[in-house]
Amino acid sequence: MTGTGELTGPGARAVDLAAERAAAGIDGVLDSLDADLVGLLPVKTRIREIAALLLVDRVRSRFGLAAEPPSLHMCFTGNPGTGKTTVALRMAELLHRLGYLRTPKVVSVTRDDLVGQYVGHTAPKTKDVLKRAMGGVLFVDEAYYLYRAENERDYGAESIEILLQYMENHRDDLVVILAGYADRMEVFFTSNPGMSSRIAHHLEFPDYTLDELAAIAALMLGRQRYRLSAEAEVTFREYLARRMTQPRFANARSVRNALERARLRHASRLVAATGSVGKDDLMRLEPADFLASRVFSE
Amino acid sequence: MRITQGTFSYLPDLTDEEIALQLGYALGNGWAVSVEFTGDPRPRNNLWDMWGLPMFDMHDPAGALLEVNRCREAYPDRYIRVSAYDSRHGRQTTALSFLVNWPQ
Amino acid sequence: MTQRWDAGVLQYAEMGYWQPDYEPKPTDVLAAFRVTPQPGVPPEEAGAAVAGESSTATWTVVWTDRLTAYEHYQGKCYRIDPVPGNPEQYIAYIAYDLDLFEEGSIANLSSSIIGNVFGFKALKALRLEDMRIPPHYAKTFQGPAHGIVMEREYLNKFGRPLLGATVKPKLGLSARNYGRVVYEALRGGLDFTKDDENINSQPFMRWRDRFLHCREAVGKAEAETGEVKGHYLNVTAATMEDMYERADFAKEIGGIIVMIDLTVGYTAIQSMAKWARRNGVLLHLHRAGHSTYTRQKTHGVSFRVIAKWMRLAGVDHIHAGTVVGKLEGDPASVRGYYETLRCDKADPDPRYGLYFEQDWVSTPGVMPVASGGIHAGQMHELLDLLGEDVILQFGGGTIGHPLGIAAGATANRVALEAMVKARNEGRDIAVEGPAILRAAANRSRELDMALSTWGDVTFSYESTDTPDLMVTPS
Repeated sequence: MTGTGELTGPGARAVDLAAERAAAGIDGVLDSLDADLVGLLPVKTRIREIAALLLVDRVRSRFGLAAEPPSLHMCFTGNPGTGKTTVALRMAELLHRLGYLRTPKVVSVTRDDLVGQYVGHTAPKTKDVLKRAMGGVLFVDEAYYLYRAENERDYGAESIEILLQYMENHRDDLVVILAGYADRMEVFFTSNPGMSSRIAHHLEFPDYTLDELAAIAALMLGRQRYRLSAEAEVTFREYLARRMTQPRFANARSVRNALERARLRHASRLVAATGSVGKDDLMRLEPADFLASRVFSE
Repeated sequence: MRITQGTFSYLPDLTDEEIALQLGYALGNGWAVSVEFTGDPRPRNNLWDMWGLPMFDMHDPAGALLEVNRCREAYPDRYIRVSAYDSRHGRQTTALSFLVNWPQ
Repeated sequence: MTQRWDAGVLQYAEMGYWQPDYEPKPTDVLAAFRVTPQPGVPPEEAGAAVAGESSTATWTVVWTDRLTAYEHYQGKCYRIDPVPGNPEQYIAYIAYDLDLFEEGSIANLSSSIIGNVFGFKALKALRLEDMRIPPHYAKTFQGPAHGIVMEREYLNKFGRPLLGATVKPKLGLSARNYGRVVYEALRGGLDFTKDDENINSQPFMRWRDRFLHCREAVGKAEAETGEVKGHYLNVTAATMEDMYERADFAKEIGGIIVMIDLTVGYTAIQSMAKWARRNGVLLHLHRAGHSTYTRQKTHGVSFRVIAKWMRLAGVDHIHAGTVVGKLEGDPASVRGYYETLRCDKADPDPRYGLYFEQDWVSTPGVMPVASGGIHAGQMHELLDLLGEDVILQFGGGTIGHPLGIAAGATANRVALEAMVKARNEGRDIAVEGPAILRAAANRSRELDMALSTWGDVTFSYESTDTPDLMVTPS
């Protein structure tokens, strides 16, 4: 680990935390988190708290104060499209910069990657995944599917056991992040108290508000060099308001899909029209590009 | 007589940390690491028993070291070696190979 | 054109051997010569003369030239560069059509390029610096009988340089004593031992006796260490028939490697390379006699050309210089030789004396051998400068060890393994080398004594053959 100031050992005197923080380079990660992700205030706050805790922990160990390495396993709950995977990637980067992970690599899996189809298949499959994830983060999406209480012959339990073992015995080498819907995670933890007790940090990812979704859309459009006309902005907000109430709304993902479809319509509109097109025409989305959606007709 | 096959056999036995460093070097070069064991250490015995498959796509030595130690637990009475394989064009051969266990 | 064909003497440049606009074809064999013209001879004329006299020309116009597709066969000097810092020298680049050469024949290639022109009076001095062998020609040669990768798989030794030693004293030992030296060196930790270039079959030791005693020694060392070991049995002899007899016997008794001297000639070398591949025996080449023509910068043939020819011919090992030992070889040039022998594709690099791009199109690499006055105390320099695919031979450095030959071998092996281990761990061996050796010596009495005995020995003389461009430290 890098650091400044005279230290190591219980005889060390004082440490400049600001310098430590700068040396770890975590501000870059935290700032990009702020810039790239809209909203998620409670999540961002929590992440800053965790970063501060780990930084202080590291310094404490230099004074001989820290006993065990801290548990870093986490659980992210929220609806789809609320930024869980993105934050997991940033978390890995952060932990790496603070020296708690050897690499910022994230291995992302679901139940099918861990559980086998027949006897004896699961253990090697799970262990293989864990081996590959060592040194970084293992991100298990929809982790509750591992546990199928209704099916006695389900092999998911074996996988859970192995995961628990590794989470306990290889804390230096591996951080596990579970993710999924809040209510189902709750059920999962109730049935697997061992798992619940090993999770140090629970982060909730709230649904985005209408304003936040609009801001996300603006970010996405900006990155792809498109823009909404003033009228289109109004239309799009209406579109969002309606879409949010409909089933299977996936937050940021749904926004992305909507923008994709709008681009399609925009392109068709330009091709069908006569006359020449300028740079702004190529960038500007109009209300028509959204009004054609089914959302408005239902 | 102690068999001196492998790259580091004339040095004191490698500790786990030292093995991890060599594994890190191999993985850093993009080589796949594998563990093999045998009870037949004759010079021309090329075919040792494979302990699982070569570990492709591994990026950290900890996972590989796990397998090394598992093999040592399972077969303390055999010779065990770690090999690293370089699959590049023009090479396609073992790049590093060293013993990590002699029969107890 | 009538003037061109009038009887009489014409300048070579006017006969078409100087063609500055010629674009070398991918199929052309190219050569770079270092030319020192006699005073009064312009450089283009000198280059053209070299091109001419190494291809079709003669000293006067002949009408029979007109019976041939003349422009096709003549060598073309397409470029002349002055040598920086030396007003008398030039580098002449010459292109030869593929049709000038017999497929797969180094004898023909060398006769063609160097067979005639080097005595030419109009040149004060001439040196063949480098050649570009096009893939079309390279593929007609067998190439190394095994090559670096196959050799390692054969020996089951990976991840470190190999170790060898020449039996010393150079001459005079009886076969039985000879075998003793081999046994001690191999069981102490070396991978190979070797006959010296002048050990063939003399009154003090005949070849068959030597072969048998060496085989016994190798076998015993293998049994004790569990490693594959070898001794290069020198099969150089007066005639090919004798060579075949000796090589066949070596194979019959289970030897894995034989050696030949450069002095047997290119034809014999190619024959032996074919034999080696056919019989699954490694072929080591000692470059005996090369320094007579490779050492001086002004005149002769550069070793890098010999190295290229030998890779095509098909040897598995060739001595290529140590840099820090007792024999000639500056670091930059030696690096150029090693690249020529080992890489599949070498780019032109004036810092290492490489004049052309050379694509070996999957011809196996030749294992370079570093031999001559090196010792364990230099292990960090050797590993750093020469890399991993090399055979380090410590003749005196093994046999002269105060505790005996086996101890000398162990000292070298411990030093090498410790250095490789440290390098893999990420340490800077060029800087920390001596400290790493010291630390290893604390666990090895043999290495400790070796360092005390030879630790201060260096061979620092100014090199006679350095590239024109020197790397200036930044």
